[in-house]
Amino acid sequence: SSSSGDEALRDKRARILSRGLPKQKPIEGVKQVVVVASGKGGVGKSTTAVNIALALAANDSTKEVGLLDADIYGPSIPKMMNLKGNPELTPKNLMRPLKNYGIACMSMGFLIEETAPVVWRGLMVMSAVEKLLRQVDWGQLDYLVIDMPPGTGDVQLSVSQNIPIAGAVIVSTPQDVALLDAHKGAEMFRKVHVPVLGLVQNMSVFQCPKCKHETHIFGSDGVRDLAKTLGLDILGDVPLHVNIRETCDSGQPVVIS
Amino acid sequence: TLAERTNLAGVRHILLVLSGKGGVGKSTLSTELALALQNAGKRVGILDVDLCGPSIPRMLKVQDSAVHQCDSGWVPVFVGQDKAIALMSIGFLLERPDEAVVWRGPKKNALIKQFVTDVAWGDLDFLIVDTPPGTSDEHISTVEALRPYQLLGAILVTTPQ
Repeated sequence: SSSSGDEALRDKRARILSRGLPKQKPIEGVKQVVVVASGKGGVGKSTTAVNIALALAANDSTKEVGLLDADIYGPSIPKMMNLKGNPELTPKNLMRPLKNYGIACMSMGFLIEETAPVVWRGLMVMSAVEKLLRQVDWGQLDYLVIDMPPGTGDVQLSVSQNIPIAGAVIVSTPQDVALLDAHKGAEMFRKVHVPVLGLVQNMSVFQCPKCKHETHIFGSDGVRDLAKTLGLDILGDVPLHVNIRETCDSGQPVVIS
Repeated sequence: TLAERTNLAGVRHILLVLSGKGGVGKSTLSTELALALQNAGKRVGILDVDLCGPSIPRMLKVQDSAVHQCDSGWVPVFVGQDKAIALMSIGFLLERPDEAVVWRGPKKNALIKQFVTDVAWGDLDFLIVDTPPGTSDEHISTVEALRPYQLLGAILVTTPQ
């Protein structure tokens, strides 16, 4: 019949189009990969990724957790985890992740000078992301948390096409323009068949340290509404608190300080 | 000359708004700057090259507008109180405002080149270019496409963190 003919044509087209794409292969030794993304910049992806990794390890000391900073252009993990230096190479020529607070970390930030910009086109970024995924001696990890850069482009596509992802956590503030991008982020994961575990509402409310008055600087409950629209869970609600920023800037993330 | 025969021939100054870090207020600042310049009597345009997260249409309440073609290319959407600020953004080309643009570099570069050369900007004193976070394809392509013209300079936005 014509409909099965159409379906066969679509399958054939999909197979031909996917020939140029990298084969999706798990990273050896890594059990589950969780990506922390948003679409919008500056909503707290890195902060959330770092604290999720530390919390996973704190909740169950038998679990090995790794943290990959896939933000090639603006790597924040080295500063937040108080790590510096060039990774050593193992005899098999893999990069040894740097460790702090029990978490194995890898970031572009370890490979370049702190103030050196990475002004690269997408193709070079793809190659860098592959190296950060596969040329690292991760060892045996129960969880690998990946901090994504803002946007919905090369890095997100490269990561999701390269390795199987257990789930994505989308971080957003309640602000309209952030929610718009978070919605796009969720749709992007749908397009590349990555399950979205839920949303994190960050910077939801600010409490004045003097009079305790609460202000919803970025609006209130925007993320809850988006979660309802998308049929997703709210995984967490984090206030805008000076402690969170201070501890990140000083390399002692709030979960462990 | 090439400059005379192009859509940017009537633009006197071009201003890039950059940051590196996301979420520091580039789009907000670009919008407020455009409005302030217009208030001071200048003719202003905004080019939004954040293809993944175009915020400017929403900030100016024109997210439901469509763009049209004319002889010289695309006609920008006119915004602001007097409808005097010219705005171009990928936001106007999407079928739905929440449609995700999940493109690799080469496709982004092609669209940015079009935004620079194929929008009928007309006569402007200032064209403000709002960029996405990072230092990537969008930034490289935008600067390369704008190099033949009067690139006034860049403003860097950051928070104290």
